[in-house]
Amino acid sequence: MIKKIYFQSIFFGFLSFKEAFAAESGGMPQLNPEFWISQIFWLILTFGTMYVVLSKFILPKISNNLESRKSQILENIEAAEKQREDSEAKLKEYDEVILKSKSEARTMFNQTREKALKDIIAKKEVLDQQIDDEINKAEKEIEVLRVSAPDKINKIAIETSSELLEKLIGSGVNNSSISAIVDDLSKRNGDKYYGN
Amino acid sequence: MAANPMSQFDVYRIGPEIKVGAFDISFTNASLFMIISTVSILLVFNLGSKRNSVLPNKMQLLAELSYTFVAKMISDTAGSKAKPYFAFIFSLFMFVLFCNMFGMIPYTFTVTSHIIVTFILASFIFIGVTIIGFIKHGFGYLKLFVPSGVPAVLLPLIVVIEIISYLSRPISLSVRLFANMMAGHTMMKVFGGFVISLGLVGGWLPLSFSVALTGLEILVAFLQAYVFAILTCIYLNDALNLHH
Repeated sequence: MIKKIYFQSIFFGFLSFKEAFAAESGGMPQLNPEFWISQIFWLILTFGTMYVVLSKFILPKISNNLESRKSQILENIEAAEKQREDSEAKLKEYDEVILKSKSEARTMFNQTREKALKDIIAKKEVLDQQIDDEINKAEKEIEVLRVSAPDKINKIAIETSSELLEKLIGSGVNNSSISAIVDDLSKRNGDKYYGN
Repeated sequence: MAANPMSQFDVYRIGPEIKVGAFDISFTNASLFMIISTVSILLVFNLGSKRNSVLPNKMQLLAELSYTFVAKMISDTAGSKAKPYFAFIFSLFMFVLFCNMFGMIPYTFTVTSHIIVTFILASFIFIGVTIIGFIKHGFGYLKLFVPSGVPAVLLPLIVVIEIISYLSRPISLSVRLFANMMAGHTMMKVFGGFVISLGLVGGWLPLSFSVALTGLEILVAFLQAYVFAILTCIYLNDALNLHH
């Protein structure tokens, strides 16, 4: 209401303003009805044409553009969301595969290790057995050898002494006499030479 | 002649006199600027709606921003029921805005500075809104003049005031726009005249005033178009959603 009064007072103020210039120009051109009909006619023509063109052709297109953009953006967002979910699922799958293969590898490793350990133990046992056998055999052989060694030594001593004597004296010496001496010596020093 | 600040509002015939019966519908400078305004609006919005890219170019952005601006203005003031009248209010806003803005270019003619133009627009709105109101609510539309919650003693007075206020809508709407445009342009002309008459010595003060006024007038040009459109929306809201 106050606004209205304000503007109307401006309006009437200009009416009086017009008086000041009335002498010069013949009044406010706005209040000269000469071209009112023309202005009304052209206003209706131009505004009407503009309204028809805007409402029939241009505004639907703009609204269409806005709608299609909105839907396209929504679609894109949806697609992005879907892709994100897909990639998350894939990532999970991948993690699972990795985890599974890791555990598989571990069990495989453990199995192989156990198997290898078993093999090694078995082989070791076999080898130990073999080694023990060999040792036993060798010990037996050694025992046999040890038992037979003095005789052999005596024999060798006899032979070497007879050869030495032959070389020293030049003629053969009776073997039996030499062997008697060697036996005698070996019996006396047997413990000294052979340890046990 | 040029020194007269009112001479810029003169309407003169361009080309021959055209008469239909007793009516003179000659082509005038006012008609010329109406055509320039409408053609510019159609050009701008045609360019702005031609291509539809997800990333809009400048013209498209301009058109779409204007569209959403007006659409928001209407839905804020008149609600979703006002959607069928969107095209009319959009045209109205753009027409007034472009006429006001073209008037800001020196040596042009401001269509909206003529009371007859604004009055025809305003009375068209007034009649249209009244018809819409009676179609939507029948005689119930008369309840607009009887505000609820008013003591019975005051009611006759209030009804009279409401009726006067309703009937003065086209006048206030048209005079507001016309007076603003005319006052601003006259003031600029007066200050421009002072620059000339005071010359190199004293002309700088009115010149700086003129510069400031130009900025103010551009603001007013936009603001009055906005006010014109939003008042139309408010009147439309009264007619569509009757709850006084």
